[in-house]
Amino acid sequence: MSDSIDIINALALLTNFVILPGLSYGSQLALGALAVTLVYSILRFSNFAQGDSMAFGTMLVIFLSGYMISQGWTISGVPTALLAIPIAIIGMSIYLLLMDRLVYKHYRGIKIKQSIVGITASIGVMFITGGIVRFFLGASAQRFGDGERFIFSVREFKAFTGLQQGIALKTSQFLTITLAILLVAFLFYFLQKTKTGKAMRAYSDNKELALLSGIDPDRVVRITWLLVALLTTIAGTLYGLDKGFAPQQYHLLLLPIFASVIVGGIGSPIGAIAGAFLVAFSEILLTYAYKKFLIYLLPLSMHPSSLVQLIGTEYKYAISFVILIIVLLIKPTGLFKGKVIVDE
Amino acid sequence: MNNIRTFWAANKAIISLTIMGLILLFVGMNQSWALALGIFNMSLISAIMALGVNIQWGYAGLFNVGIMGFAALGGVSVVLIAQQPVTEAIDAGGMKMFLALIIGAITIIGGIFLNRSRVNKWLTALLVIIGYLITRHYFSEAADLIEKVDPAITGYLGGFGLPVAFSWIVGGLAAAGAAWWIGKITLGLRTDYLAIATLGISEIILYVIKNEDWFVRGLKNVYGLPRPVPYEVDMQQSEWFQNLIAWVHKSELQLLSQSDQVERLSDYVREAAVVFVKLCYSGLFIAILGAFIILSNLALNSPWGRKVRAIRDNEVAASAMGKNIKRQHLQIFVIGSAIVGVAGALLVTYDGIFIPTAYQPLRFTFLIWVMVILGGSGNNLGSVLGAFIIWFIWIQSGPMGLWVVEMLGNNMQEGGAFLEFIEERVHYLRLVFMGSILLLIMRFSPGGILPEKNKEL
Repeated sequence: MSDSIDIINALALLTNFVILPGLSYGSQLALGALAVTLVYSILRFSNFAQGDSMAFGTMLVIFLSGYMISQGWTISGVPTALLAIPIAIIGMSIYLLLMDRLVYKHYRGIKIKQSIVGITASIGVMFITGGIVRFFLGASAQRFGDGERFIFSVREFKAFTGLQQGIALKTSQFLTITLAILLVAFLFYFLQKTKTGKAMRAYSDNKELALLSGIDPDRVVRITWLLVALLTTIAGTLYGLDKGFAPQQYHLLLLPIFASVIVGGIGSPIGAIAGAFLVAFSEILLTYAYKKFLIYLLPLSMHPSSLVQLIGTEYKYAISFVILIIVLLIKPTGLFKGKVIVDE
Repeated sequence: MNNIRTFWAANKAIISLTIMGLILLFVGMNQSWALALGIFNMSLISAIMALGVNIQWGYAGLFNVGIMGFAALGGVSVVLIAQQPVTEAIDAGGMKMFLALIIGAITIIGGIFLNRSRVNKWLTALLVIIGYLITRHYFSEAADLIEKVDPAITGYLGGFGLPVAFSWIVGGLAAAGAAWWIGKITLGLRTDYLAIATLGISEIILYVIKNEDWFVRGLKNVYGLPRPVPYEVDMQQSEWFQNLIAWVHKSELQLLSQSDQVERLSDYVREAAVVFVKLCYSGLFIAILGAFIILSNLALNSPWGRKVRAIRDNEVAASAMGKNIKRQHLQIFVIGSAIVGVAGALLVTYDGIFIPTAYQPLRFTFLIWVMVILGGSGNNLGSVLGAFIIWFIWIQSGPMGLWVVEMLGNNMQEGGAFLEFIEERVHYLRLVFMGSILLLIMRFSPGGILPEKNKEL
């Protein structure tokens, strides 16, 4: 390692260990947060089952891709999981619609505080879903990605640029960022331009008025669950490809996802995305050990001896919680002015 | 027929509790008394916890998804109060840790003070960060020093060595403190915020307990916590106990030869000692549960209780009548959490061992919820009944599931691998089972078994 100041290598280091992981983690959170936002806007409750639903979707992908690999239906270089996603989305849609029919539908018909009954019911669904996933896949962690692991590896990058510090782009990171952009673009187009999307927004803004103008509430709810299935399956699979699949990990994703939604302003899709990246980057920036980064930037005499890590990695979920608390203290409506701050 | 129905309606609580008691008697006679008493004691502790949650949910409609965290705080306080202090560890890093915590406290209080007195926000933030870094520096040094002291046995500061009964009060206070802080921030905002924040705080409490080894040994567990009741070994050796057991089994023992008599008697004494200790615990838990029930029933029927229910049933009207809703909610949230904290401390006292990994959201938060909703939210006796039923199902559903699988296995010639797979995973189905119970009650009998009685109507 050189003893002079080396900004380019420092930036390369940061890109590899902070920016790329942050972008992909943020994208995964954003998709999950969008699903929570959709349920919140249309069905008017916070969906506690989101994390476990993501695990359920990923479980479907794991089974399907396992079957496809055993049949030899693969494309070299591409993770088979990617090919399994469309079918898994269909399975996930059926599961969510079934849960809606069996659990949530009843409460929409009666006059009752939707937010509270929704939370209670979704916690019941959360445990049922978690139980099913653990029953079929066990509670231990596993990896299910195949195909090429890297778009370009550290070695290739070093050979190409001649830098001391390499950057690697994992396939999972590339897929995450690309798919997230496509999906978000599709979602916003759908909500802004199509008739169904407009109907959904109208329903979310003012339910009575929407019903009066002839919008079919059952259809709006159905479409919402389909969109949630789409987002949930893809978010879960991408997270699993990136970090491996473990049911407990998915269950705990609930915290950063809720933090993202509330930071952005509950009920606001753009807020959810912004919140997700804020949470993801805070988590990574605060738990990253800056020792090597500072060694590149500081003269030899000032090189740090400790890891220069602000918060231990084991407390990464605490960070989303602290962000949540700070937002509630300073600006409970969130950054992008969520719709409501008190119950209806 | 009509008579039976009215009789049931009038004496629902007594009948259901009697049935539950009979079931436990049945277990005692058929399986073993130690098992039946074990279930009974755990049901009592769960009932106390459910009572706390019922106060929050049934009285005020507050949604606490962090029961696990508050119970864990109670558990921690048992270790901190009742364990003997580890003098070497205190000598090694105690002062430094104290210093770190003082600096940390000064940072927090200073930050709040500066924020209130409208000093420049960036300056405040900078000072808080500097304070944090200094705290962290001393803190990690102290933690290292403490954890190095005989890590296989201690490696933590130990407790104050006080009688274990104090820890129940401290456990309640600790949980109350955490609840006050969370409630202060989230109450008065949307209902969901309280739910999400309690979920968060409970996970974080557990992360701290699991990772800070200097505090309560982290994942290494704390064994041999002091007890409020005698030990089995002491009971076996005490003369009056032996005489008592000999007297109880007099007629049977007389028929045996001298050597057989001694052997049989020692068997009986060993069994009886276990049962006796469990009975001591039962007495203790019944007393505490009874006190809580009486107090909360008195409170519920007082003007205070009517105010609380008025707020729950119609916030707008109550606030128009000049009731401070946020303050009332905060009060109830703190009281309920304190009771959960006491129950958490009792649980660890009863186990005699503190295992952080035993705190699972399903076992604590969710199970207690199902108890409250099954029993009848708003009704204290309902919570007790719910606790007994659900705990019984919870304990017996594991063996029952395995039994079903084995029955299936006997009738199947092939598929051994499949059966093994099911046997290994069948306990996860308890999650599905409990979730289904919750959803079914919510859907078809929202009042629970013993619905709240509304006296004003």
